[in-house]
Amino acid sequence: MSGFLASIGYGQWVLEALMIVPLLGALTVMMGPSGQAKKIALGFALVEFVLSLGLWWAFDQSTASMQFEVYREWIPAWGIAYHLGIDGVSLFMVLLTTFMMPLTILGSWNYIKERESPFYALMLVLTTGMLGVFVALDMFLFYVFWEIMLIPMYFIIGVWGGARRLYATIKFFVFTFFGSLLMLVAILVMYYVVGRETGEYSFSYSHLLHNTQYLGQWAFWLFGAFFLAFAVKVPMFPFHTWLPDAHVEAPTPGSVILAGILLKMGAYGFLRFAVPFFPHVALDPTVATIVVTLAVVGIIYGALVALVQPDFKKLVAYSSVSHLGFVMLGIWALTLQSIQGAIVIMINHGISTGALFFMAGMMYERRHTREIADFGGIARVVPAFAAVLTLVALSSIGLPGTNGFVGEFLVLIGSFSQYPVATAIATTGVIFAAMYILLALQRILFGKLDNPANEKMQDLSIRELLVLGPLVVCIVWIGLYPAPILRRVEVSAQALVTQVRDQVRDQLPVQAEGLPGEQQPLGKLGDDE
Amino acid sequence: MGMVVNLATPAGLFWGMLPEIVLTGWALALMLVAGWRHSGEEDQRFAGQLALAALVSTLFALWWLWAKDARPDGIALMIALDGFRYASSTIFLLGAIMTVMLSLGYVGRERIHTPEYYLLILFATIGMMVMAAAADLIVLFLGLEIMSICVYVLTGINRRSVFGAEAALKYFLLGAFASGFLIYGIALIYGATGTTNLTLIAVSITNLGLQSNGMLMAGIGLLIIGFAFKVGAVPFHMWTPDVYDGAPTPITAFMAAAVKAAAFAALMRIMVHSLGESIGTWQNAVWWLAVVTMLGGNLMALAQRRLKRMLAYSSIAHAGYLLTAVVSGTETGAAAYLFYAFAYTLVTLGAFGVLAVVGRNGERDVRIDDLAGLAAKRPWIAFAMAVFMLSLLGFPGTAGFMAKWYVLMSAIEADQWTLSILLVLASVVSAGYYLPVVMEMYMNPPITERAHQESVAVGAGWVIGTTTAALLLFGFFPGRLMDLSQASSDDLKPSAAFTLNAPTGIDGTADR
Repeated sequence: MSGFLASIGYGQWVLEALMIVPLLGALTVMMGPSGQAKKIALGFALVEFVLSLGLWWAFDQSTASMQFEVYREWIPAWGIAYHLGIDGVSLFMVLLTTFMMPLTILGSWNYIKERESPFYALMLVLTTGMLGVFVALDMFLFYVFWEIMLIPMYFIIGVWGGARRLYATIKFFVFTFFGSLLMLVAILVMYYVVGRETGEYSFSYSHLLHNTQYLGQWAFWLFGAFFLAFAVKVPMFPFHTWLPDAHVEAPTPGSVILAGILLKMGAYGFLRFAVPFFPHVALDPTVATIVVTLAVVGIIYGALVALVQPDFKKLVAYSSVSHLGFVMLGIWALTLQSIQGAIVIMINHGISTGALFFMAGMMYERRHTREIADFGGIARVVPAFAAVLTLVALSSIGLPGTNGFVGEFLVLIGSFSQYPVATAIATTGVIFAAMYILLALQRILFGKLDNPANEKMQDLSIRELLVLGPLVVCIVWIGLYPAPILRRVEVSAQALVTQVRDQVRDQLPVQAEGLPGEQQPLGKLGDDE
Repeated sequence: MGMVVNLATPAGLFWGMLPEIVLTGWALALMLVAGWRHSGEEDQRFAGQLALAALVSTLFALWWLWAKDARPDGIALMIALDGFRYASSTIFLLGAIMTVMLSLGYVGRERIHTPEYYLLILFATIGMMVMAAAADLIVLFLGLEIMSICVYVLTGINRRSVFGAEAALKYFLLGAFASGFLIYGIALIYGATGTTNLTLIAVSITNLGLQSNGMLMAGIGLLIIGFAFKVGAVPFHMWTPDVYDGAPTPITAFMAAAVKAAAFAALMRIMVHSLGESIGTWQNAVWWLAVVTMLGGNLMALAQRRLKRMLAYSSIAHAGYLLTAVVSGTETGAAAYLFYAFAYTLVTLGAFGVLAVVGRNGERDVRIDDLAGLAAKRPWIAFAMAVFMLSLLGFPGTAGFMAKWYVLMSAIEADQWTLSILLVLASVVSAGYYLPVVMEMYMNPPITERAHQESVAVGAGWVIGTTTAALLLFGFFPGRLMDLSQASSDDLKPSAAFTLNAPTGIDGTADR
């Protein structure tokens, strides 16, 4: 397979093609007849997925350096380039995106009934935006993608959303915009500080990454700006309040993308930028304690709030806060296993929570309610739906044999050596997860079929099976045989861990001015720089 | 080196002032035409077309001079010949051209049958060009007054509008007041330095060690206050909302874009060229002005329900962003100003153009909710308006973002980190009033069945279309334009040669 891919020069053009195909799709959708919009969009999304599939084989798992790079001058006077590339961390984010998009479009088939062309065009534009965030290797380019993808999402929630959509959209927008503008200032400061020291003014990711030692005392504040931008997106407790609103008001496809892909951007940002750029700050005991505490609080808090939600969609939304807490814990533990685990949870969360949101949407399409109390005993009426929901729910809990187990297990093992207490508390989050999911499952599927409105519910249609089928296959496959994924992540994750830990060990700590608390290096003090 | 012009000879002066002379010639011709033909709508349109021809041919004269890269022989005595002048004059001319195009349909609809309308736009534009070209405080003041007086009249040109009359009176009184401050400031600066030439002021300050001279400080302070009035900076903004609200909409756009840009061009030239070396004397004052203006403008805009007034307050906020570029006091700041003014001119003309289109029965009363459902009825206008709002917000993918980014770059380059953080925080606030416009258009149904039936005049359609396209184009490919801005500001600081050989009689050594 890789021989064939090499023979068609796959590595040279794949990223370009992945960025352009959805945009062409969006144009075609807008030009084409409204009735055909969804079919055209699905076609383009499938082409996109097939194109990206080659990455699985073409990806060289023995190196941590960037692959499939695309480099083009954009604004040379300011050292800005259109620079894309993929490593083990971003590979699965890209594949997750291209995998989820066709399913999401298929899942919107009956849900979106008005203004179809703009909806599907926006979905395709969103695809390019999200991919751009994951593959950008230039800070300016990254920022542009990071912001631009807000717009399609803003319209998807605002135009096709529920009753309180206007409130939800502006909250979503302002929260994210606030964090990212501070990040913009931080990026510019890095550009100037590094530029003055090295004489080379460039927004290139690798240039900034290799000269972070010059940031000195400003590193703390810069980290703070990046932290805010990413923490809002993850979302970490206490920056999560926009999430339930956005999820509840968003149309089903919006929720799926929001949970499945957009939330990953925050975690990806930490992995790619915030931690490697500012290793001293990130691993500073005070900062690390705060972040890990917030992560654990998020795990427990998200689970507890999910426990009392009467609305199934809101329950799933809060469960996201809990799951992403595990990701944050894994990132901050910074061991090979915990990073691998964090990436696997990111993939799993996209698949499982995506599936849960699809199913919440299917429930809503049938009964026009998402209240858990309105259901009950429907397993007898809709057996296939019940079976899939049960499997997905179990994967969300992290039952061994499903994908959820692999990620949480790796994170917990990997983190225990670093933060034993936090990890122990986080483990109880798994128990709470079992409580809220099983309780909801019980009240929806089992028990007495006491609501006559539920007796006529339709079981899954062929189209819905096509949406859920691939997700179910992934749940089982990753649960039983995660090795191919772990192998591809391993080298990049190891490189990240080594690079960050070495920097903290080899260099003197930064000047402690402006840092809260005393700064201590993790390892022994090295020689002078 | 390009064409060298000796400004001491009449011929040199002729070539140096060619664009202004061309435009003045056209304006005089238009005045004659207006005297003969001033009765109906037909005459009005003819005057508009003549004005358009005048502005376009002036633009070509300007570009000819720019392409020749005309430079003064020695020091610029009365008028400057440099990239900064050419670039900023281009912005004013483009702004004026779009204003005239918007007006073509508008004045007919509002039954403003006075061809002098176009004549005044031409004279105001001449004033702006003189301001951008001024290398001497007296010339600058002349340009400012030519511009201001024309704009006072334009504000109240719709004699049937009570609000227009109120706005014109208010503008005139406060504007005259501001001119007083300005001329007093000029007098004090002359008293301290013994010259009104911008280059020689810089030389005198350095050579005579005037950095902490009381009279100079007072002069600079009064100068800043005068300009703050003209650009509508908080706390000197009181006139802005009422005047913008009462003036005919194309004129509001003209004021918000070109008039403001002209005042900033002059301010930028003084601050960077003359006072760049003594930045310590004025930086703090402008810093505070910028902060208060950004925050104040945005917070006040948040409370507005009427579109025109909201845009008026938003233009105050944008004056604050531009003041941030002034604070840096560098050539990058001047370049950022050029890019920003260009993007802001496009977006302002476009946004007011949309307002003029949707506000058929008095755009003064167009509320933000009145735009509800515009996207369903008029998808292209709604799209354009969405682009304008996002550009004003400074969202990536639009020229507005690149402009704001450029201003941030200039501020951070000058180590103004706190200021840049305040700037982005102010931008977050502005999302609170730009986004509701987009929301109303796309996310709410039209109020009535018959809403949004207006036809779009050809001129307005062109303006809205081209500005939208340009904003998106320069949002994604700003490289060339940024290079041009940078190149146009490169020689804004007085060069060492001038500073050393300046005929002050004092053999000083400039600290460069």
